[in-house]
Amino acid sequence: MPSVMIRKDNEGKMTLYVAKKDQEDEISSIEFESADKWGGLIEMTDGTKYFIEPLDAMPKLPITLRARRG
Amino acid sequence: MSTMSRDETEALIQEVLEVYPAKAKKDREKHLAVNDQTVEQSKKCITSNKKSLPGVMTVRGCAYAGSKGVVWGPIKDMIHISHGPVGCGQYSRNGRRNYYIGTTGINAFVTMNFTSDFQEKDIVFGGDKKLAKLLEEVETLFPLNKGVSIQSECPIGLIGDDIEAVAKKATASTGKTVVPVRCEGFRGVSQSLGHHIANDAVRDWALDKRDDDDSFETTQYDVAIIGDYNIGGDAWSSRILLEEMGLRVVAQWSGDGTIAEMELTPKVKLNLVHCYRSMNYISRHMEEKYGIPWMEYNFFGPTKTDESLRKIAAFFDESIQQKAEEVIAKYKLEYQSVIEKYRPRLEGKRVMLYIGGLRPRHVIGAYEDLGMEVVGTGYEFAHNDDYDRTIKEMGNATLLYDDVTGYEFEEFVKKVKPDLIGSGIKEKYIFQKMGVPFRQMHSWDYSGPYHGYDGFAIFARDMDMTLNNPCWKKLQAPWQVEDTAEEAVAASA
Repeated sequence: MPSVMIRKDNEGKMTLYVAKKDQEDEISSIEFESADKWGGLIEMTDGTKYFIEPLDAMPKLPITLRARRG
Repeated sequence: MSTMSRDETEALIQEVLEVYPAKAKKDREKHLAVNDQTVEQSKKCITSNKKSLPGVMTVRGCAYAGSKGVVWGPIKDMIHISHGPVGCGQYSRNGRRNYYIGTTGINAFVTMNFTSDFQEKDIVFGGDKKLAKLLEEVETLFPLNKGVSIQSECPIGLIGDDIEAVAKKATASTGKTVVPVRCEGFRGVSQSLGHHIANDAVRDWALDKRDDDDSFETTQYDVAIIGDYNIGGDAWSSRILLEEMGLRVVAQWSGDGTIAEMELTPKVKLNLVHCYRSMNYISRHMEEKYGIPWMEYNFFGPTKTDESLRKIAAFFDESIQQKAEEVIAKYKLEYQSVIEKYRPRLEGKRVMLYIGGLRPRHVIGAYEDLGMEVVGTGYEFAHNDDYDRTIKEMGNATLLYDDVTGYEFEEFVKKVKPDLIGSGIKEKYIFQKMGVPFRQMHSWDYSGPYHGYDGFAIFARDMDMTLNNPCWKKLQAPWQVEDTAEEAVAASA
């Protein structure tokens, strides 16, 4: 269950940062991305997947969340 | 030798790896790569931030070095106690040339060494009492200190002292910030984890002290310089550029910085990060907690400085953007004369770098401004995100080496034959004895500053005086020079 930080970089792309691994990669897709449900399975551009418990609302980025390997 | 092709570079890596035992070879192979600009993610071509192999010569430091030496050490109005045996503090004392304004021993303490000087009895019975006494003594002897940080050395973690409790007690009695930092040297694979631990200590013990206090008058042009350690005055030559374009620099982290500046940083509008490796953690934290955006910038060489100033100005309104253009125009005449003077003397020279932090990628632009080419670069303690940023800066088919060993670096230099090497003090004398011009790029070889337009003039002069120094032609004894000349004659006859 690593802690991950999701933020928008200067170009507006969404990135996921794994603090424990000091790794930052771009997100290619998020399962739920609507105003009332946000999160779920997150896929990175390199193919790694993480799962985040869906949130009830669109969060204010950046945000630190617990993630599981998806 | 001119530039090497991809195959030649790959062959060179294989040749150098040849002497290792199979297991070591397999491990080191992953840390050496030929640069390919088409690669998006560095983890596909190079492995980093892994434990060094036992038996090879590495120049990495420890977590204590990352925390005390890099992040906390330059904060001038705090006393940084090297908690543990005397050596760690004493042998690293005053090595990094973090300049500061203040009277040492009165209101500034950067170049002094404070230590709890652990003895056998402290290991056996615990050192907390000694630490508490030390904190009292420090308060009596240096009443103008604004806080204390306790930098743990290895034994503290091993014997399990509770420095947090001592720190809390001391804060309660003096009212000053006392920060316990768990940066025992054995943590992590290099100084990099020390940076992280130090950042976390700032976050937990210092940063939020003035969150409920609005007495500080802010402006919309407040910025903080993060990750500039003022080596040889670097932060000062950066700061004047920012101030000239109309921004107000509230804090410098941590070269010539103070604890008060740190506490005010959450009130700025933009964090400017120079050393991404050592300060990205706190920048990320401030972005999440206080909503302060951060951006990386690069003040090495005029091309990159121009670029960075424009990028910084883009965060603000048009008056700042216009002033940024004015600043760029003003310094253009100055740096063009520098380039005119030194470029003809340095054009086409090839450089190999092996440093830490941000410099292996940031200084490339400065060398290119002088017409020089960086043919190999490497980091002591980088992570993948650093190499992601490096790949784009380096030319195709150039060498990348992570945590390079003494042997590998020497062999690379023998084969690549660069005209200049930029690395640390541990490499300096080896390469000078091999007859290769060398600049010590950790503390600018006792020169500097190198940041900003003013710094570039010094940078160019230093590179010229090293590279074109007549001493490099005099390394061979006269009788040996004659011998080769005669041989050449004999061969041609």
